[in-house]
Formats: sequence, C-alpha cells, structure tokens
Amino acid sequence: MGLQHTESGRPLPLPNPTTQPYFDGAKERKLRMQRCPRDGFFFYPRSRCPVCLGDDWSWEDTSGRGSVHSFTVDRIGHVPALRELAPFAIAIVELEEGPRITARLVDVDADSVEVGLAVEASYEDVGDMTVVHFRPASSATSAPATSPAFA
Amino acid sequence: MPKRSATIVGLSEWTPKRVWDEPMFSLEAHARLAAEVLEDAGIDKAEVDGFVVSGVYESPMFGPSAAAEYLGIHTNFAELVDLGGATACGMIWRAAAAIEVGACETCLVLCPSVTPPFPTGAAPRKMDFPIYLGGDAWGSPQGQFEIPEGLVAATPSFAMVAQRYMARYGLREETLAKIAVEARDNAQRNPQAIFHDKPITIDDVMNSRMVCDPLKLLEIVMPCFGGAAVLLTTPERAKRTPHRPVYVSGFGEHCTHKSITYAPDLLDNPIRVAADRAFAMAGAERSAVDMASMYDCFTITVLVTIENAGFCGKGEGEKFVSEHSLRWDGDWPLNTHGGQLGMGQAGTAGGMSHATEAVRQLMGRAGERQLAKADLAYVNGTGGMMAEQVALIFEGA
Repeated sequence: MGLQHTESGRPLPLPNPTTQPYFDGAKERKLRMQRCPRDGFFFYPRSRCPVCLGDDWSWEDTSGRGSVHSFTVDRIGHVPALRELAPFAIAIVELEEGPRITARLVDVDADSVEVGLAVEASYEDVGDMTVVHFRPASSATSAPATSPAFA
Repeated sequence: MPKRSATIVGLSEWTPKRVWDEPMFSLEAHARLAAEVLEDAGIDKAEVDGFVVSGVYESPMFGPSAAAEYLGIHTNFAELVDLGGATACGMIWRAAAAIEVGACETCLVLCPSVTPPFPTGAAPRKMDFPIYLGGDAWGSPQGQFEIPEGLVAATPSFAMVAQRYMARYGLREETLAKIAVEARDNAQRNPQAIFHDKPITIDDVMNSRMVCDPLKLLEIVMPCFGGAAVLLTTPERAKRTPHRPVYVSGFGEHCTHKSITYAPDLLDNPIRVAADRAFAMAGAERSAVDMASMYDCFTITVLVTIENAGFCGKGEGEKFVSEHSLRWDGDWPLNTHGGQLGMGQAGTAGGMSHATEAVRQLMGRAGERQLAKADLAYVNGTGGMMAEQVALIFEGA
C-alpha cells in the first residue's frame, strides 16, 4: 500500500526514493520541485520530465506562492479520518512557477474561498512526516504554523 | 449506408439495485449476461470468437481468458478494458474495430457489477466503495500528494470543474439542477430505473444536501449493483438477427490525465477530440443526431460534455441546457433511460447504460419512452476525473 496512517487513521504520504526530496524540502519549509532545463518546473516528482522525457532535471525551491485555480468545499469529509474537519476547502493551486498542486486550504473560512485567491504553502509536521497545505497569502514571511485543527 | 462494418445486434441489461440480493461470482455474472445477450440476438454461442471484459474479480490477472474458459469460448480476440466510466464505450469500439479488421466476427461485450457470495463461515459484510480508487498503490502519486489532502473519490474533483466553470463563464446552480430533474423525468418512463416513481423538482435538488460545493446530493449518481452487455457481429451475420442492427459508424477516444490536478484545462475536456474524431469517422453532422446519451456521473459532467462534444460553443452550455428540453419527449432528447442520475450507476454497467439505451432506441425497443425518430445516436463515456473519454456514433441499419 502506498499510504501510511496515523493512529487515528489519517492517511499520510509514504515517500519513495524519487519523491523523498520533495518531502525533505517540506520539512525545511520549502516547496521544492524538479526543474527541467528546457521545460521548467514540473510536479509531481518523476524520474523524467513529462514534456521531453529528459532526466537532466534538478531540484529547486519554488516561491511556494500561487493562486486558487479551482476549489471545492468538502462538506462531508470523504476521507473518514478527515470527517471531523469538514467542512474544509480543497483547492487546485497554480504556482507562480506554473505547476499545479492540489491541497487543503488552512487558516481560512472555507466559505470565503474564491477562484483566484492568492495563497502560499503552509507546512504541517505530523510525526516524522511534513505535509503541505496552502493558506491565504500574507505579507509576513514567517507566519505561524498551521491551524491546530489540522494537527 | 454507414462506412463502417460492425453492428450491435443484441443487448441485456439488469435492473440496478442498491443491495444485490442474489450474490453471484463475477464469472457467473459473465456467463448469465452472455447467455442473455446471445438469446436476445438469436445467435448461437458457437459463433462467438471475440470477448471483451472490464475485469473479472476472481481473476485479477488473466481476466479475459478466465472468463472465456468459464464460458467455454475459444477466442480469436480477448480484451480487457480499464477506462473507468468510459470502459463500456471503449469496449464497444474495440470490439467493432476487431470485427472490422477481421480479428474476430462475433464479439461479446460484458459488464457485470455484482456482489459475490461470502466465503462459507465468514461474516457477511457490506461492500465498501473504494474511495481511493486504487490511488493508494505503492508509488502512486495520488497516495502521496492527494489522498492525504482529502482529494479522493470523484465528487470533489467534478465539483472543482464546476467551480472553475462558474468562475470562468458564470453558471446558475438551477441550470445544473434542471439536468438532474430531466434525467429523473426520463427515469419515470424506465421501469428499470432506480428512481422510477420518484420524480424530483428543481427545488428538491436545490434543497438537497450540499456535498462538495456546488454539487448537491441529487446531482450525484447513486452507486448500485447491476450488469449490462451487448453483442457485436458483422453486417452479414446481423441480417439473421431479429432486431434492427445498429452500426458503430464512428468512434473516438482521448485521454490527457488521471487526476483532475493535472488536467491540461478543466474546461477543455478530452471528449472534444474524441467527439471530433467520431463524427469525422462517421461522416455525420451533429445537427443530424436524433438523441444523445452522455455519461452523467454528475450534472456538471453533462453540461461540459454538451459543450466539449461540440453541440454548442464554449461557455454556452447554460444557454443550451436552459433553452432545450432534455426529456425523452423534448426537442433535444438526452439520456432517455434517465441517465445514471435516474437509473443508478452500476459500476461499468452504468457507463454501458448509455450505449444500451441508444441501441434500444435505434432498434425501436424503448417502450413508452420510444422516440418517434431514432436513426442516429451520439453516445459517450467519461472515465476518471474528466480524464479518459470515448465518443461513439450509432446508426440504425
């Protein structure tokens, strides 16, 4: 199985050698992705660039900033272990560097989310793992950790 | 005369049920569907030399040969199709193409979705809906980047298509509700529909529980058990069958992604390419279509499919749905069986229901919902998160 779970049953990523640098970056509060010298950043982590299939990419830190491309508010919590967090917003975030990534939005009233909302990566430590969410962008560069609701 | 040379000559479709009260193995269900569809077409089992399945639970590997062995059929063509909701349509064109190139002559296309008996001594348990949809396999991107964030099942993904649409073009939620209401209207004429005798109103949809904004409970299909099958053969053999043969006169398939996150464009869906290819192959015009049978896992799926399949322009879906009646007796009949929104979604048989209904209409077997004119049908399937889509053009002989 490609997941690990907390004691409460919350699903967590199970990294592999190809994806580990992304999660190492998250632990350092960096949104680290692969960049192809010809085609730019891509996500999720792969052995080769999904445009040219080249393998001469490098890991680089993105800005961690982007905007909500689309979103929904999950009112029931489709993942049983996340049910108590419902309603929560899930968004496809388009990063300034181009790639899209889907994550929960935290530190936000789910009913106030709109397409185009400026967001930034937000990191949550869960045991040995660090997972990436997004939150409304703020001018502060060292904002506090994520909402306790997601601990 | 259609340019292509494979015909659908028989069908079988089981009444969807929320709880399957006659447990049978998937292999047993394949055998029953095969017997029924052969009887419907009046074709002898000995003539069957092609076989397409969508998965055999008792044989996760070697599915087609497991089913062929169980049925005692020696195949010249044995195929397994894995395209989610587009599976049934994908199976049909593969069978048609195999017949056209001479790989086989008579081909079973079988989509059972049933509950197996429980092992002797084991406590019965309900079958769980697989909300991770296989995304929890070791190494899966979904398992690492999406499931932990709550993006599972299908509703959140299609809800994000709808939100993007609303932000881009504007869309009244009542328009989506109308799609659900007219599907139910059609289901009132289909005794097999799970929502037969249960009509709904726009208000019912609008007042139903919000599940994933903007999609409400009555805009979402009901998962069921069931089964459906069709039989294809050559036009020569079709002459010996009791029903009007239905030509598969065009088909197209296109796939661009798996997760909605990586869709190139949430509002420019693969069906655009698939439908263009299907209409071009058939040499048919969209204006000549007598009925459409479009995959409707959610209301928004129908609206964006009408646009992307080219029946109206981009951003004009709301106007189209508002200005046309999608009822069986309306000016633009859509999903005359009630769609899956009205009939229920019985696994891959749910996707097959769009094809069987078009076949039924073209054969003149649609009973109290029979269209006055049914010669050309547009059918499509949508798999995954608007990811893999198949378009078919059916033409009555």
